[in-house]
Order: sequence, then structure tokens, then C-alpha cells
Amino acid sequence: MNFKKILPQLLTLVVVILVFGFFSYNAQVNMENRGITFGYGFLSQESSFDVQFSLIEYDGSHSYFRAYLVGLLNTILVSVIGIVFATIIGVVVGIARLSNNYLIERTAAIYVEFFRNIPLLLQIFFWYFAALRALPLPEKAEPFFGVFFLTIKGFFVPAFIWNNLDIFIYSVIAAIIAIIFVRFYAKKKQENQGIQTPVLSISIGLLIILPLLSFLLGGVSASIEIPVIEQLSQTSFTYKGGLKLPPELISLALALSLYTATFIAECVRAGVQGVSKGQKEAAASIGLTPNQVLKLVVMPQALRIIIPPTTNQYLNLTKNSSLAAAIAYPDLVLVFAGTALMQTGRAIEIVSITMLTYLTLSITISIFMNWYNKKIAIKEK
Amino acid sequence: MFKLVKRLTSVVAMFAVLFTFTTETMAAKKSKTLKNTQKKGFVRCGVSQGLPGFSNADAAGNWTGVDVDVCRAVAAAVLGDSSKVKFTPLSAKERFTALTSNEIDILSRNTTWTLSRDADIGLTFVGVNFYDGQGFMVRKNSGISSVNDFKAGVSACTNLGTTTELNMRDFFNSKGIKYEPVTFEKADEVVAAYDAGRCDTYTTDKSGLAAQRIKLSNPDDHMVLPETISKEPLGPVVRQGDSVWEDIVRWSLNTMIEAEEYGVTSANADMMKTSDNPAVKRLVGAEGELGAALGLDNEWSLRIIKQVGNYGESYKRNIADTGILPDRGPNELWTKGGILYVPPAR
Repeated sequence: MNFKKILPQLLTLVVVILVFGFFSYNAQVNMENRGITFGYGFLSQESSFDVQFSLIEYDGSHSYFRAYLVGLLNTILVSVIGIVFATIIGVVVGIARLSNNYLIERTAAIYVEFFRNIPLLLQIFFWYFAALRALPLPEKAEPFFGVFFLTIKGFFVPAFIWNNLDIFIYSVIAAIIAIIFVRFYAKKKQENQGIQTPVLSISIGLLIILPLLSFLLGGVSASIEIPVIEQLSQTSFTYKGGLKLPPELISLALALSLYTATFIAECVRAGVQGVSKGQKEAAASIGLTPNQVLKLVVMPQALRIIIPPTTNQYLNLTKNSSLAAAIAYPDLVLVFAGTALMQTGRAIEIVSITMLTYLTLSITISIFMNWYNKKIAIKEK
Repeated sequence: MFKLVKRLTSVVAMFAVLFTFTTETMAAKKSKTLKNTQKKGFVRCGVSQGLPGFSNADAAGNWTGVDVDVCRAVAAAVLGDSSKVKFTPLSAKERFTALTSNEIDILSRNTTWTLSRDADIGLTFVGVNFYDGQGFMVRKNSGISSVNDFKAGVSACTNLGTTTELNMRDFFNSKGIKYEPVTFEKADEVVAAYDAGRCDTYTTDKSGLAAQRIKLSNPDDHMVLPETISKEPLGPVVRQGDSVWEDIVRWSLNTMIEAEEYGVTSANADMMKTSDNPAVKRLVGAEGELGAALGLDNEWSLRIIKQVGNYGESYKRNIADTGILPDRGPNELWTKGGILYVPPAR
């Protein structure tokens, strides 16, 4: 009985192993015939190529592994920026689509239909080359507030030069831990005594006061470095100092978030519409204010519908960020599966590492979102 | 009775094995790639995605260029018809994988011959069909007239996955200049980004700069700096492990260069059969049995010269007359002050 149940699965497993075995054997034989060696030793060799934008210190004298980290961090950076903005735009547009105001509803609908029906690669090219054509040369840039310069060579912003940065970070971490405690006790207090505590204002207060104390007592100080224009030749200029965001990052993040936001907007709309009208009416009839109805009754139920499809969109955005190679944003695909692959010729090794990395990224996002989904799911009592 | 039959069959089987073994080695001598090419009826050739003068397709899909002519020469030698080539446009990133994974049989895509590429990743370079070097293009009004005028902070656009990326680092490092490399997968995007002003300079092989300059919105506003920062011997590549095929491609290229040296052109090749010079007679197949050594007939080289022309004709047609690089520079014959020098066909 039991054996009959397992047999199909066992057969499938054997077939899968055989197929994989066949391909890896084939690859091995072919590589041997052509004198190609296999191994991951190249990761510790000197990479000898540079990358235009990196979150960690890197140049060609570092190893290929370090180049991999540079690419990975850049992929994570653009994905996180994309996810944050896509969520904000998506929620706003999704709610706008439910508005009673005809103009707002139509504008949101047109935005959604327009951006989700054009291929993403085209949108990336559009934003990149449109940005390059539209942005001013460094010497002609009009500063925002005197210190932000948006130019064709990038967005130059003032940077903080820190003293005792670690103490400042500890103070922020301490504030976050304190907030978690406050929330915990506020919940207990409400359950035991029925008294509500203004958790939000206490949290904001903590987030301001503790880091402020680190400045006053902890010896933390920060000065601001403003970008200054510099002449490279008779006609070309750039900015020195401050922080530089390359135009590739800006246009890629813009394209990814505008595109993914359309799908998130539809998820949000579906979620809110999925809560039955009776729920709202019942909530209103027991005297909750419209704000409370939204916060306590509609949103908790809508979120359960919104989260699973939105998780898919987050995964899509992360994977779509690999289109970066088309516009010179040094992400994992461009740096590692591009330049590093070319310079070493280790196609199988590098592609397998890259695939495994994207898999890990996606599964991590998936696990986090599933955890969140479980947390807000209905708890049967 | 049964025993006899058994014995007989075993003897026959033994002979059969021996016989197939010997025919196999004869066929193996003919090279697997050569056999496949003759069976398919066309040469599979990997080229660039559009580099005028080297490999470029017109609106009708006809490929021209000096890199293209190498593949055409091989098709003329092996199949008797220089038009029997299937071209596969490849990015710099894809090219070697396409060759090692058997998608193409010749990679003729302005590819630099280096030790690591030749020895490490299953490739064999067969020769050089263009001697090049890396240079820089800048805007004329920038006032930059030499590579020594670059300053820290300079941004340089180039192609991903090329020797250019490495040379650029060596060069700027040796000058102690901090630079910003902006690397694209396709050449058209490099040109567009440089044209828009994203980069201060565009760096790649000088022949590439000369060819791509035509694509800029105002070609006359730009110039290539005089310095050359690297050696870039460009040539066709084949898979490692098929030495007969390697020889065919090598000697097809050599035939074109030697034909120019002896003044044999597509127009006079037939008449040269009766030349007084034995070297010329060997070259057009009127003397000796050189084709047989490659597993080809004796007219193979004559067909190359008649259908594709000699190296000088190919250069003039593709690079000089199109205004890309009218001056042949190092790509002139050794007898005329250049460095084109190939082993003799004999």
C-alpha cells in the first residue's frame, strides 16, 4: 500500500537524476575534449577590471569573489529601492483606482494600463536614453536647494562625513529595541486593562531622542560634504566630493518601480474590493470612525488578499533587475556573469553561481513574505 | 557444423571491426568539423552585431567586411561557393560560448589573440587578419589632444567583456588617474551613451573607433587621439581539438595574404596558372598537391582568390573605400613596410 504511493515519486526522482547525470556527464566529456578545466579556484584570483559604482571598496586588484559581492550588492540595492518605491506608488495608485473622483480614478487606470502593457526592457531604454537626452551637462545643471545636482553624469548629493559612526548606529538599534518593548507592553496593557497607549508618537519620539543623545553625549558628529564642480577639460566637467548616484541606477530603479507598481496597484485594488461591503457597514454600525473602519476592519482583511500576489511582484522585480546589463548598471549579471565570465571563460561555474544567487535571493524574499502573511492571517481561537 | 559457423562469424566480425577502425581513422583525418560542414552545405560563422568594415549587414541582410571575407574564403575552399556561409551575429560576451558549444565553427569577430584565451578556454587562434591597438575618441572642442590630458574623474564608455576593459585599467592606473568605467553589452548603446554626453571618452580598438564614429550624430565633432595604448592582434578563432579544420581556416587566410604578395588578384588568378614563378603556380594549384594535405581538392586556393579576392582587395573594398581607415598602417605587406608576413604555401 505504502509502496504503491511512493513508487511514482521514486520513478520521477530516478528520471530527474538520470537527466541531470546525462547532461553533466555530457558537459564533462565535451569540456575534457576541448581542454577546458573546471573549478572555482578562479574566485580568489585578481579580477583586474574596474566597476563604475560599488557599495564596498573595490578595484581591479581585488579578487573575482569581491567583484561578485559588488555585483550582488548592486543588485540588492536596486531591488530594495525598486520594491520600496513600487510599493508606495502601487498602494497610492491602487487606492486612487477606488476613488469616487472620476478624474483621479481615470488617471490611475490609464497609468496602470499604459505602463504594464509596454515591455520592461523598452521602458528601461526609454528612461535611460530619455534621461540622458533630457538631463543637463554638469556645468549647466541648476542645483536644487543649492546642493543637489542632477546631471547627465549622475545625481550628485551632499554626503555626511561621520565621526564615531558606530555609536550613532548603536543608538538607532537601541531605539528600535526600545520601540519593540513599548509595543509589547502597550498590547499587554490593552488586553489586561483596556487602555490604549499612543504607540506611534512614543516610537517617533524614541527614534529622535536616542540618536540625538548620541550626538550630545556620545561624541558623534557629522559634517556635510557638498559636491563641487570640477573641470576635466575645456568642455567637460564633473562634480567632486559628496555622493554620486549614477544615471544608470536612477533610470533602472525608476523603470522597475513604475512597471511593477502597476501590478501592485491591481493587487491592492483587488484586495480592498475583496472585503465584503457588509463588513464595513457592520463596523460603521458599532460606531467606529471611517479611519478606524479602514485600519481595524478593512485593511487587515484586505492585506490577506494583497500579500501573496504582491510577493510574486517583489520576486519579479528582483529578477527583472538583471536587465541592468543593457544600460551599464553594474549588477550581478553585468559584473559577474558578464565581465568576469568573459575574462575567465568559466561559463558553467559562473552561470551556476549566478543562478544559485538569484534563487537564494528569491527564496529569502519568499520566506519573509510568507512569514508576514502567516502573521496577519486569521488566527482561529 | 555450428562450431564452424560460430568461428566464421567471429572471424568476419573481427575483420569488420578492423575495417571500420581503419576507415574511421581515415575519416577522422578529414576532421569532424569539415565533414559536418560538407554535409550541411554551409560554413557556420560567428560575426559581430555590426561593425562597418569588419562584419556588417546591409538592409538586405548581406554581410560584408574583412572578418566576413575570412569565412567566405573558407566556404570557397571547402564548399566551392563563397556565398554558402551562415552568419550568426554575437555580442562580445556570447562569442566564445557560441564557439565552444558548437553553435558556430569559425569565430571571425574582431577578436584579440591573447595567451589566456588561446590556452585556457578551449579555443585556438589561427592567425591575424588585422593588427590593431586600443585608442580613445574625444570631442574635438574638449581641448584634449593627447592621452596625457586626461584628468581624474574622467568617465570612459566601452564594451563589456573585452580586452578593452583590462587595458583601460592598466592605462589609467599607470597614469595614476581615477576613472569611471561605463560598460555596455552592445556597441550601439556605447555609441548612444557617448553621443549623449554620458562619457568624456569612448575607448575601444582604433579600427572600431573609426568605424563607429560614422554612427555618431556629428562625426566631425569627434576625433581619435594619436596614442595607442595596447596591442590588439585580431583574428579568426576555431575550437580546440580539430587540427585539420584549424589548418584549413589558417591557410585560407594565409592564401589571401600571400596572393596579394605575389600580385594574384580575383581578376588575373586563372591566368596565373601558367605563371613562370613556381610559388605562384603552387598558390593557384597548378603545381603540387597542397589541397590533399588539407583534405581538399587542388583548386581550393584558386577559388578563394577568384571568389573573395586577395587580402588587399578585401581591405580596399571593405575598409579603405568606405572611408574607415584609408591608410593601411601596420596592415600592409612586409614587403611594403607593414607587418603582414605569412609562412609560404609549399
